[in-house]
Amino acid sequence: MIFDWLFKKKQTFPDFWNEYLNTFNKNKSNPEAISNTRFVAFDTETTGFNTKEDRILSIGAVSFSGKTIHVNDSLELYLEQDVFKPETVKIHGLMKTGSQEKIRELEAIKTFLTYIKNDVLIAHHANFDKNMVNEMLSRHGLGNLKNKFIDTGVLYKKAIHIIYRDKDKIYTLDELAKELNVPLEDRHTATGDALITALVFLKILGRLDKRKHLNWGYLMVK
Amino acid sequence: MKNSIAERVNDFLKNHPPFNILKADDLLEISRQVSIIYLEKDDTLFKKGDTFNEHFYMVRNGAITSFHTDSNNVQEIVNISDAGDIFGVRPLIAKEDYKLTATANEESIVYAIPINIFQAVTQNNASVYKFLITAFATNAYDPYTAEETGKIFADYLPNTSQDIVSFQTANYSKNPITCNLNSSLKEAAIKMSTYKIGCIIVVNDNTHPVGIITNSDIKNKIATGLFPIETPVTNIMTSPVITDKKDLTVADGQLQMIKHNIGHLCITKDGTVNSKLVGVLTHHDVLVTLGNNPSVILKEIKRAKRTKKLRTARLKANTLLKSYLEQNIPISHIVKIISQINDTVTARAIEIALKKMPMPPPVSFSWMSIGSQGRKEQLLFTDQDNAIIFEDVTEKNYEETKTYFLELAKLVTKSLNKIGFEYCKADMMASKTEWCKSLTEWKLQFDDWISNPDEKAILLSSIFFDYSTVYGNNSLVDELSDSIYKSLEQSSLFFKFLGRDALKNPPPLGFFKQFFVEENGEQKDLFNIKSRALMPLIDAARLLILSHNIKGINNTSERFEKMAEIEPNNKELYQSCSYAFKALLKFKTKQGLLHNNSGKFIKLETLTKEEKLKLKRCFKPIKEIQETLKIRFDLKNFM
Repeated sequence: MIFDWLFKKKQTFPDFWNEYLNTFNKNKSNPEAISNTRFVAFDTETTGFNTKEDRILSIGAVSFSGKTIHVNDSLELYLEQDVFKPETVKIHGLMKTGSQEKIRELEAIKTFLTYIKNDVLIAHHANFDKNMVNEMLSRHGLGNLKNKFIDTGVLYKKAIHIIYRDKDKIYTLDELAKELNVPLEDRHTATGDALITALVFLKILGRLDKRKHLNWGYLMVK
Repeated sequence: MKNSIAERVNDFLKNHPPFNILKADDLLEISRQVSIIYLEKDDTLFKKGDTFNEHFYMVRNGAITSFHTDSNNVQEIVNISDAGDIFGVRPLIAKEDYKLTATANEESIVYAIPINIFQAVTQNNASVYKFLITAFATNAYDPYTAEETGKIFADYLPNTSQDIVSFQTANYSKNPITCNLNSSLKEAAIKMSTYKIGCIIVVNDNTHPVGIITNSDIKNKIATGLFPIETPVTNIMTSPVITDKKDLTVADGQLQMIKHNIGHLCITKDGTVNSKLVGVLTHHDVLVTLGNNPSVILKEIKRAKRTKKLRTARLKANTLLKSYLEQNIPISHIVKIISQINDTVTARAIEIALKKMPMPPPVSFSWMSIGSQGRKEQLLFTDQDNAIIFEDVTEKNYEETKTYFLELAKLVTKSLNKIGFEYCKADMMASKTEWCKSLTEWKLQFDDWISNPDEKAILLSSIFFDYSTVYGNNSLVDELSDSIYKSLEQSSLFFKFLGRDALKNPPPLGFFKQFFVEENGEQKDLFNIKSRALMPLIDAARLLILSHNIKGINNTSERFEKMAEIEPNNKELYQSCSYAFKALLKFKTKQGLLHNNSGKFIKLETLTKEEKLKLKRCFKPIKEIQETLKIRFDLKNFM
């Protein structure tokens, strides 16, 4: 069982990982109302789309509860990586020797986990970001993220009336932002995309919650 | 740690007051602590009566409606803030509960700025506080700022000023005219006529109101022969009267009148019929307080007994003008109403002055408005230009007559000045001996101008050719016009001079499509819309209409329209001139209202690109009409 596995290896994990896991033991039986929950919208900029080979260059995240996003509680990390792919620079603008202050991967993991705690994570095409982070965690001998995930790409489709819904269509963040009238600033920086994702999420939530009967099961990635 | 979002917030804030006057470091510090709030349409940010938040707000996207809710749950929109506007500043100024409710007018994103951090940073910044206080104080709908920033919500903004007025205490007539129960109707009617009033209150010996007689009672019951004219008032009066107490509001008064279908409300000491009558509130009084109705303003002017009252009435016309411009009512219509008001004000000022004179005028006279008021194009308060024509008298009586009219003119120009029309800087006023003349003298004067045109003559005649009678004997002016046109037929030189004058200001665009601006003096770098754009059109219209021998049309746009009728082959040009003139006049008026001056000089950098384009479009016909004049009056070698 997973618990045995955790228990057995516990000593070999760094403290922050244990603290991260501990946050999931609290509040377990007490799911809060959606409007009071702290959410973290995050995005990663990577050297490419291959989870094994590519690396995370930057993680951006914003937190919000209710409909208020707190600027002073946002996260913006730039990572030192050996892998570098010049062809992706034009997308994310992160150069090998950029001006940003960079930290090591393990340091980034620690900061990120301390930041997200057990909050619900929101990302656009969440599986990709989730897999990228999980891969990074496993490189350092850590387990997978335990957080609940919401994918705005999937969630959006639920907000479209069944008649117009095309279940095979993949919406890009740009399309969603345009559709929902979210200002496109700082697109393709991790934090900028995280903010756009947060706003997209809030707007979708507004559409879904017209009848005020939203529940968690409906929001989560299945 | 880098915070891109804070930088983005910072980028937005720094472009909007009061943040634009903060130091960069301070602003970044504030930006880091901002919260971004997403609101769906109709989401409420704070409600009236809520304890104050730790934040004040700036709209990032969308629009936030602030409204006031009264005890009957009626909502009244006070302001709609859109991108870059701050709102909810009450806690910054006074730590008290919100007085207004803020709700998303549409889907919106709002920045919440923490007050403690903002205050720590701006502690000693006087200009920031000045801005905030102003923003706070003008939270009521303010057409100036709305128009200035180009954000006009005319489509969903009610006229709040009127609603505020409704709850003022009604301003009723304090000394009502009364008659007692034994009076005959004739006596009552004579009293009404003496005091120029439409109703009289019948009171008993204790001055308690018993009944009321109005004009329509007399019309319906006497004029129809129902009762003889000597009948006692008790037969005619409507009784009992509807009464109310002293401190009633305008809204209450209006309601009572609607309820009882009456036009007069008796105000008594304790509000019942069994107490002393202290005043009368008429439907007219209500309308006057609610204002902004030209016929009400005109009535008020005609009834004014003192210059001060005239001034109040004329100022109301300015409010009217503002709201007309906001509502985009055609300028030709606005011009007609405002000119009518100006003329009525002048006429009433003359009537008041005549009463002050020791005796009635010795001979008939005519008071002429000249210049822009004569053309009926005066929308804002401008200089007064006027003149008097009096009937010819014998040489023996001349001095005495002239002195009388000069005295009269002094009184009138003085009260016009009090009302708000500045004295003419060139002294072109009826109170100057040159501009107060007998008919024959005027005829000679115009003849002289026409046959010996020089710079000065042209300047003067260009003003005097746009005259209209405001008060007095119209036939004097008609006779003068006939004489002038007769002289004009014999002079082609005069037209050339007028033509040269019309061309002295070239089209307002330079070689590089730049506006010509003033090169020196106090108005340096300002664009003079009057001399550069309006005057060329005014001069051209005058010249053309005079050359066609057409009398009685003084208004520039009407002159061009007439020209379009007379010369169908140039119809398009004339119509575009007429249109351009109206547009430019509107422009000048708006600028004047905005800056509370004549609107003559325009600061080009305050105009939006769109406005500049609009202006430029108006200049094309100026250039074309000037070319036309040059050819028609053969002015090429005359310049």
